[in-house]
Amino acid sequence: MRVLSLGRWLRAGRVPPREPASRPSGHRHSGHRPQGPPQELPQGPSQVPPQKVSVEVLEHLEHLALVDFRDSEGVERLQKAIQFADQLHEVNTDGVEPMDSVLEDRCLYLREDDVTEGNCTKELLENARETVEEYFVAPPGNIPLVKLEGQKTFLQGSK
Amino acid sequence: MAAVLAMVARGCGGVWRRLRQRCAVRPGSGPFPRGERAVACNARGGMMSAGKSGLTPWIPVVGLEIHAQISSNSKLFSGSQVQFAAPPNSLVSFFDASLPGTLPVLNRRCVEAAVMTGLALNCHINKKSLFDRKHYFYADLPAGYQITQQRVPIAVNGSLSYSLCIDNKMSQMVTKTVRIKQIQLEQDSGKSLHDDARSQTLVDLNRAGVGLMELVMEPDMCCGEEAAAAVRELQLILQTLGSSQAVMAEGQLRVDANVSVHHPGEPYGVRTEVKNINSIRFLAKAVDYEIQRQIEELGNGGTISNETRAFDSKLGFMPEPNLPPLILYDAKSLPANMNHQQVINIDWIRERLPDLPSVKREKLVEQYGILPEHSFTLLVWQQDQNCNSRHSNEDGLPEFFENVVKQTQMKPKKVIGWILNDLLSYLKQHSLTVKESPVSSFLLADLLNLLEKKEISSTAAKQVLAELWKGKGKTPLETVKEQKLELLQDQKELEQICQAVIDGQENEVMAIKAGNQKVLNKLIGLVQKKTQGRSNPVLVKQLLEKKLSE
Repeated sequence: MRVLSLGRWLRAGRVPPREPASRPSGHRHSGHRPQGPPQELPQGPSQVPPQKVSVEVLEHLEHLALVDFRDSEGVERLQKAIQFADQLHEVNTDGVEPMDSVLEDRCLYLREDDVTEGNCTKELLENARETVEEYFVAPPGNIPLVKLEGQKTFLQGSK
Repeated sequence: MAAVLAMVARGCGGVWRRLRQRCAVRPGSGPFPRGERAVACNARGGMMSAGKSGLTPWIPVVGLEIHAQISSNSKLFSGSQVQFAAPPNSLVSFFDASLPGTLPVLNRRCVEAAVMTGLALNCHINKKSLFDRKHYFYADLPAGYQITQQRVPIAVNGSLSYSLCIDNKMSQMVTKTVRIKQIQLEQDSGKSLHDDARSQTLVDLNRAGVGLMELVMEPDMCCGEEAAAAVRELQLILQTLGSSQAVMAEGQLRVDANVSVHHPGEPYGVRTEVKNINSIRFLAKAVDYEIQRQIEELGNGGTISNETRAFDSKLGFMPEPNLPPLILYDAKSLPANMNHQQVINIDWIRERLPDLPSVKREKLVEQYGILPEHSFTLLVWQQDQNCNSRHSNEDGLPEFFENVVKQTQMKPKKVIGWILNDLLSYLKQHSLTVKESPVSSFLLADLLNLLEKKEISSTAAKQVLAELWKGKGKTPLETVKEQKLELLQDQKELEQICQAVIDGQENEVMAIKAGNQKVLNKLIGLVQKKTQGRSNPVLVKQLLEKKLSE
């Protein structure tokens, strides 16, 4: 299974162990990578510089996943998670097509265009804590993430 | 901008017939009136604007992302109904509400609609396409992701051809093409109603999961007019295919425009996205406004910033694990032992495609010898009707025209004038569809026959038409007799009247003899008056000229 495309992005500027051409992929990367310092192969936490993840990418991730990397421990944990996932690169996948799903050889079932469901408003609304006249109620729009002043300091490695 | 506004303020059909100035912005009339600013599309279609210095032209670049709601009974991945305006959350299945344990099941009709559309737009249909999840958080997206076809969509590399008039008169039409990058199947989201007063959002999931075709176009266009023309043609094609009803006002066709400007020879500028466009008129207006705004901003030394591009990133995608690849077949690759209902054959669909609008237009021109722009107007007006009524593809104006032609001796080239000028203006005035017209094709043909046989003048014919329009059930002949509109057949009587008019208008006669031919029209008018419109103007002119030269 291919991991979330996050992984590649976060490894800002690093050179993978193999040539990219040997790993055929269905991804359509635009090719622009976030700027970051060049990295060495993972050989232990002591050799890895503290900031692998640029501020822009981090903010973007936070926005997308609604996760708050509030402190340096959070960022560190993220970087460790990426390192952990990088172990996958140790497998030689030369000439192997990426697999999306173990179902890839199955037939995709096609349904006839008939109306067979719906009309269960009451049931659906029962699940909601709050409703207004058969509408679900949600907070107003997406609440913008507060950019903490301290956050940038952590990322600049001032700890 | 005033000219652009004037242009787009008219009805959709009017854009084509009453174009005053193509993309021209008068100085001082725009939102940022400042000195001489002429923005005009040149003959090659590139738009040039003179900046403050008048030396550095800007080239605008416009690309469109279009979402067309698929016309189907049920949704893309579930069996709940697709319908506009129903009680909130009544057309929602457990899958649409993203309840745990539910799975997507692909609707065959939606796939066929996408294949039809791809074929009609000259795309390569991918025999194997994949589904992905695009993750983002929003209240009307209960699953937290949208199932789409980002990586390998169902159709790629197509083109859309559309027509534009290149001058102010409707006389010269030019064909342009915009490339289609891809067409992909994806889910629609629900609807959010923002209640700022109570600081909450109300969510209706009726639309969640409805099938969409996203059409991504390359940035081959240069101004609002081109964008509007391309969308019109696309709308017409979709309606002809029946793959989408494409009514913008009902959200069945949503257009986002990407706009940027750059100097010739330099790389493309930063693009901004214009969203929430709900009519074709507004599309043209909004695009031109944005182009103008960017030119102003850059001209003043500012920069263009883009805040919505975050959505567009490559992050947040993963393959949809619950759906295997979508496999399509053609005549050669048809599997032997599969249930027919499970097989979609591209060639079978291709054979059954209806005549596309461009083909229909050409056929009309070829068969009847009418001008391309008339053929265009016939179909465009029908399209407007389709947009305003729920019944697409009704027999309409083109069929009416053909029926009249069948029943009259008048040449189609002349009949078309009566259809487009007279009949159409009545229909518009009274907001009627062709089906509702009190004047049937039979009646109109009858009237035109009288005209053709020279039993009445064209002025009289117009009068009769006005009477017929009242729908009192009289035939043209009866009306003619009632109102005594028959042309005077007695040549002698006509000559006498002509002579009388000449005798009574000494000044005009002198002017004509001195060389002012225009005054002749006045005399003709006077003869018409005397005969109560019952004289043949051509004949009258001949007689008068003959007498005056004696």
